[in-house]
Amino acid sequence: MLALEDGRIFKGKGFGAQGECYGEVVFNTSITGYQEIFTDPSYAGQIVVLTNPEIGNYGTNDDDNEATRPYIEGLIVREFSRISSNWRSQQVADEYLERYRIPVLADIDTRALVRHLRDHGVMRGVISTIETDPDKLIAKARSIPKMDGTDLAKVVTTKQRYIWDTGERSIEPTEVVGVKEPEPQHHVVAYDFGIKHNILRKLVSGRCRVTVVPAETNAEDVLALKPDGVFLSNGPGDPEPCTYAQENIRRLMGRVPIFGICLGHQLVGLALGGKTYKLKFGHHGGNHPVKQLLTNKVEITAHNHNFAVDPDSLPMSEVELTHVDLNDNTLEGLRHRNLPLFSVQYHPEASPGPHDSHYLFDDFVAMMEEWKGRKIG
Amino acid sequence: MPRRTDISKILIIGSGPIVIGQSAEFDYSGTQACKALKSEGYEVVLANSNPATIMTDPEIADRTYIEPLTRTYLEEIIRIESEMSGGRGFALLPTVGGQTALNLAVELADAQVLEKYDVQLIGAQLEAIKKAEDRLMFKDAMTRIGLDVPKSALVNNLRDGMEFSGKIGFPVILRPSFTLGGTGGSIAYNREELVELLARALDLSPVHEVLIEESVLGWKEFELEVMRDLRDNVIIVCSIENFDPMGVHTGDSITVAPAQTLTDREYQRMRDAAIRVIREIGVETGGSNIQFAVHPTTGRMVVIEMNPRVSRSSALASKATGFPIAKIAAKLAVGYTLDEIPNDITRKTPACFEPTLDYVVVKIPKWQFEKFPGADESLGPQMKSVGEVMAIGRTFKEALLKAVRSLETGKKPGTEDIEPKILIQRLVTPHPERLSYLRYALRQGHTVKELAKMTSIDPWFIFQLKEITDVQLEVEKHPIDAVPTGVIREAKRAGISDNRLASAWRVSNGRGAAEKIRHLRKSRGVIPVYKHVDTCAAEFESYTPYLYSTYEDEDEAPPTDKKKVIILGAGPNRIGQGIEFDYCCCHAAFALRDDGYETIMVNCNPETVSTDYDTSDRLYFEPLTFEDVMAVYEHEARKPGSPAHAARDGVESGAPIGVIVQFGGQTPLNLALPLKAAGVPIIGTSPESIDLAEDRKRFGKLLDELRIPQPPGAIATSIAEAVAGANQVGYPVLVRPSYVLGGRAMVIAYDDESVIKYMKEAVEYSQERPVLVDHFLEAAVEVDVDALSDGEDVVIGGIMQHIEEAGIHSGDSSCVLPSVDLSDEVLTTLRQYSFRLARALKVIGLMNVQYAIQRHNGEKVFVLEVNPRASRTVPFVSKATGVPLAKIAARLMTGRKLREFLPDNIERASDLDTGSCYYVKSPVFPWSKFPGVDTVLGPEMKSTGEVMGTADNFGEAFAKAQIAAGNRLPTHGAVFISVTDRDKPQVVDIAKRFVDLGFKLVATSGTARVLEQAGLTIERVYKVKEGRPNVVDLIKGDRIQLIINTPHGAEPWFDEKSIRRAAVTHHVQSITTLAAARAAADGIAALQQGHTSVRALQTLHAQRAAVR
Repeated sequence: MLALEDGRIFKGKGFGAQGECYGEVVFNTSITGYQEIFTDPSYAGQIVVLTNPEIGNYGTNDDDNEATRPYIEGLIVREFSRISSNWRSQQVADEYLERYRIPVLADIDTRALVRHLRDHGVMRGVISTIETDPDKLIAKARSIPKMDGTDLAKVVTTKQRYIWDTGERSIEPTEVVGVKEPEPQHHVVAYDFGIKHNILRKLVSGRCRVTVVPAETNAEDVLALKPDGVFLSNGPGDPEPCTYAQENIRRLMGRVPIFGICLGHQLVGLALGGKTYKLKFGHHGGNHPVKQLLTNKVEITAHNHNFAVDPDSLPMSEVELTHVDLNDNTLEGLRHRNLPLFSVQYHPEASPGPHDSHYLFDDFVAMMEEWKGRKIG
Repeated sequence: MPRRTDISKILIIGSGPIVIGQSAEFDYSGTQACKALKSEGYEVVLANSNPATIMTDPEIADRTYIEPLTRTYLEEIIRIESEMSGGRGFALLPTVGGQTALNLAVELADAQVLEKYDVQLIGAQLEAIKKAEDRLMFKDAMTRIGLDVPKSALVNNLRDGMEFSGKIGFPVILRPSFTLGGTGGSIAYNREELVELLARALDLSPVHEVLIEESVLGWKEFELEVMRDLRDNVIIVCSIENFDPMGVHTGDSITVAPAQTLTDREYQRMRDAAIRVIREIGVETGGSNIQFAVHPTTGRMVVIEMNPRVSRSSALASKATGFPIAKIAAKLAVGYTLDEIPNDITRKTPACFEPTLDYVVVKIPKWQFEKFPGADESLGPQMKSVGEVMAIGRTFKEALLKAVRSLETGKKPGTEDIEPKILIQRLVTPHPERLSYLRYALRQGHTVKELAKMTSIDPWFIFQLKEITDVQLEVEKHPIDAVPTGVIREAKRAGISDNRLASAWRVSNGRGAAEKIRHLRKSRGVIPVYKHVDTCAAEFESYTPYLYSTYEDEDEAPPTDKKKVIILGAGPNRIGQGIEFDYCCCHAAFALRDDGYETIMVNCNPETVSTDYDTSDRLYFEPLTFEDVMAVYEHEARKPGSPAHAARDGVESGAPIGVIVQFGGQTPLNLALPLKAAGVPIIGTSPESIDLAEDRKRFGKLLDELRIPQPPGAIATSIAEAVAGANQVGYPVLVRPSYVLGGRAMVIAYDDESVIKYMKEAVEYSQERPVLVDHFLEAAVEVDVDALSDGEDVVIGGIMQHIEEAGIHSGDSSCVLPSVDLSDEVLTTLRQYSFRLARALKVIGLMNVQYAIQRHNGEKVFVLEVNPRASRTVPFVSKATGVPLAKIAARLMTGRKLREFLPDNIERASDLDTGSCYYVKSPVFPWSKFPGVDTVLGPEMKSTGEVMGTADNFGEAFAKAQIAAGNRLPTHGAVFISVTDRDKPQVVDIAKRFVDLGFKLVATSGTARVLEQAGLTIERVYKVKEGRPNVVDLIKGDRIQLIINTPHGAEPWFDEKSIRRAAVTHHVQSITTLAAARAAADGIAALQQGHTSVRALQTLHAQRAAVR
């Protein structure tokens, strides 16, 4: 059973782990990529409803994880496949989620739930395979801490600094196993607010050596690593309470090229003096049209954010808006007019989602090269 | 970018007649494109030879040329239009009319016609078309951008083919270049087969070229629908996964959207590849379809092909997603970019996005091998299906089973003809019945793994079938009176039909069975809800009520309080029930929407205009079965604001509502009586009248009362009765089952033996459904009459004289409007009889009557059959007369009077005016798809589509129709004549006409003797069995340009069959009746004049209005 804080109840069949889970209920409209969604740390604290009604069909495999474990609190689907069928599949999705104690509620009219969330906004909810009294569950849903004002980056970030050195792996059968990574040309320090592995893979494939550091690492410690660039990752929760990160960004700005994604973008917005706000039901999906304001080209992009930066709050003398969502005009990207700094709200690393925005990683590398050139010059 | 202003006129080429591989989907795309461009202010000129389409309606384009789709006629259209526009920008959009339009555009460009008249190609440039269509260039291009393709080589002779096949190993795939629907495609498993198949493939290719390809049989097959705009924005509209793996033409495959078994990485790899393909090929704007194969265990992905135009798949993708590909493609072609075009469904978001689905769509093809005895029923690279159904469900299981019941196989669930002996054969070799055999095998305990191995179908799909089987087995465990509600709900959620539940619980009682289950469900509260197809998985509000049913919690489509009309569509395209009926349904929607009704369409055919969400106010994409239609009715009949479950309690107090059944052909007619019995208000002619017209006894009685003669007939429910009946009415007799459309299982029998054989082998009959035995009027002229009636006044829409004699199915006969040589007395009799019939049957709407006129003993008119409903000829008559019959008929059904629309015709008792032109409708046959099948015509309909030829004289109109139908009428050469003894007296005159036209005559001994006696010079030739060189050798040697060969008796003999077959292969027209031979002579005479005339429909209609 799923109970929402506004009293709405949905009954279905349990899969995955038995038990209860709590979180903000959000929906994702991607057709493919459920495993990447399960393991995206940005979903910490959230119960995810998938709009694609057939989930689990292709199982799970070790290569498609975005973190070492799933981060969603719970999963809600219409139809959950009991078998998996794919040449890369290693484990049935059901067993995979059970292993990590994540409950799945299936057989739900997910479309009705999505329409409810669309009309009333995201809200807190509880999935339980044990409790049968709806009123008790509703009460529980109301007692969950609200996402607004909660710093979850601190919770999911790595405790230890580490080096990441594997790049993207092709799934072509003809490729030889054990590809040699390209010789790194740049050193990137990546703040982990809940970083997705594919970001790290993209950076390595872009000839970067990556040092991942905990969310609260201060700017001086980062600079001491002599980075050619600093990356600000995606992550869960509200950006506003992450004041430490905003402060660090302000101290890094102008001293090193910076590229931020998602939460990283929101933190940049806040560091620049802007404000963030919560969207009614967020952007979660792989089909959002984002227009590059400089070229008027449209890219189809992967999104996963509940918060956004208010463009009107930004100091336009310093900031240039670069990307906007065509569905609802949400700000999706910005760059600093004078300093080497840009960020996007959406996910150029995709995974899951279209690859139209991979160029941003090249832009980051180019920015680092230019910065290096300027330093030498 | 704003729309282009350097263009003012755009020519759109349609796809011509409905053929296998090119069906109603191009009416849908073409209509959308015309409307989109017209609304942008362009002058739209349309060329299409198919009168049965919505796109050739006079209001869809500014000027509509229903003319043959050949270079000659198109050049004339371009010349005239170019002159009219005086050098202002003239463009040609070749990408919405299928392969036909694309090939023609290439031909026109190569012949410098486009250059000569300064016509620019938009949508796809010549180079891109060639690069995508030419298999070798395509493969080179793919290799250049680093994409994998199956190994292949182009060959133009047998030796090279053998050598290359030896290198890559068998099996190999053969694909002739530049043919549509995979015509001539085949698989050769050994050298021997290769010799035979390659020869045929080379012959079928207009450029005598065949691609031999490495086999990817059994690989997973996918398609992506891609769109690109001038700013190089690219989106994927839809992914489609084929249930049937590689090896079966995608048009013959069960397909599923979205793709079900790819991870994100695998899908994105494919998406990236698709984007690279469209960029490399250089399709600047519009939609393309790209096919991929993926190896099931290694994941190796190869590009198979690309269609640089809208296609069958893009129509399917449009219906599957709600994203109107053709409409958007047309706008992109004139310079818009994707982000400038709004998404109709959400209104607030742009068309530049990728639709996401929160449901599953399944398409199943519809085959009609029963029409073509002797045809190879196995499925392969050449498409053989004549139509398709699509169904939408929340899960694959639900969608699949909804699609299965949309097919209208006529078989009761659970009684499919399974032959356990051939189980393995049916599983291993793709066949239309493979799905039934799979389900049977699962019930028999075969494992998913075993079946996946035998079929190469992905185990995930087979597992879904297994889950369905499990639910069914669970259902069967409970007796109907003690079944838990949870089990019923589970079964309905898995898509299982009421009929199948009835059979599981052994509820017999024919038609009432489903009704019983429905009551049970309703009493338990298990009723469907309706959800929107909205392109966005409910992320945004949708404003377009494009709906499907499912068994879920929330209903999203409460009824409105507007007065409403539900129009039941025609279901899948098939021979005998084609696009004409969709045309009528659309017209009903258009007319009644104008009259202020809320129009509600129910249909399951994704290829049609009727299932465009623009056509009606509400679209229910649902199977046309009693269960599904009742559910829609009860849903709509509810009081607005009442809870969804109010329908359960029979609260049907909503807005006034009427249901139209007479426009969708036999499909809705079969539902008429049960619906009425269940309390559904059917408007128009009453179901009882429709039934009466089909009930032999009662109808016979009515004709007696009306003093209208019909050929003597009898009814039989046993072999003895049939033989007795035949002798009583007199041979020859026409034997057929009652209640059919399209003449299924009809024969003409000349003796007891044939009658017995027919009763034993060809037909199923019962007390309820007897066999009809009618005296067959030989050498009679057949006439079709379409009429409009409001129950009091009657107006004749058209009296169409058939060119083939009675006995050839009316759908297979060419016909001409107005009639050519019927006497005034006959015409008067036809009118009087039609008036009497319409009034007696209280026809409100349309009526079609078929008459036969026997001319040798005076002129006597017989009624053959009456159909108080829309007929196949309605669109043809409407185009010829300029009067939209179906629209008027729909309005009559809502209570309006004929006097409002056609007062003059009523006053003067005159037929609708056809002006100064003759309009000839000719059928198009699928012979080339069914090698080995006899091409003789008979009472069973075999044509898939039709064309229209227009001219101010009959001969030219006929010739144009023949050209449009792809039949080459020769202007010189030799005519081979071989006729039955009955025809010999009349053959001399015809032979003389051909001599006068400059033809040489060739004949076999019997006919030659008759002609020689009349003083004609004949080249005698051997019959096939007599020796060589025989007539078939002559045909193969291109020494015969036209064949007149009337069949000898009921069982055509070997000689005739091989002649007709050779004729098909060598593109020599073969005429099987003397009447058609006369018409051909007229046509040839017209062609010898050598002028090419074309006329826009709007001009023809305007002239007529002026005359009036």
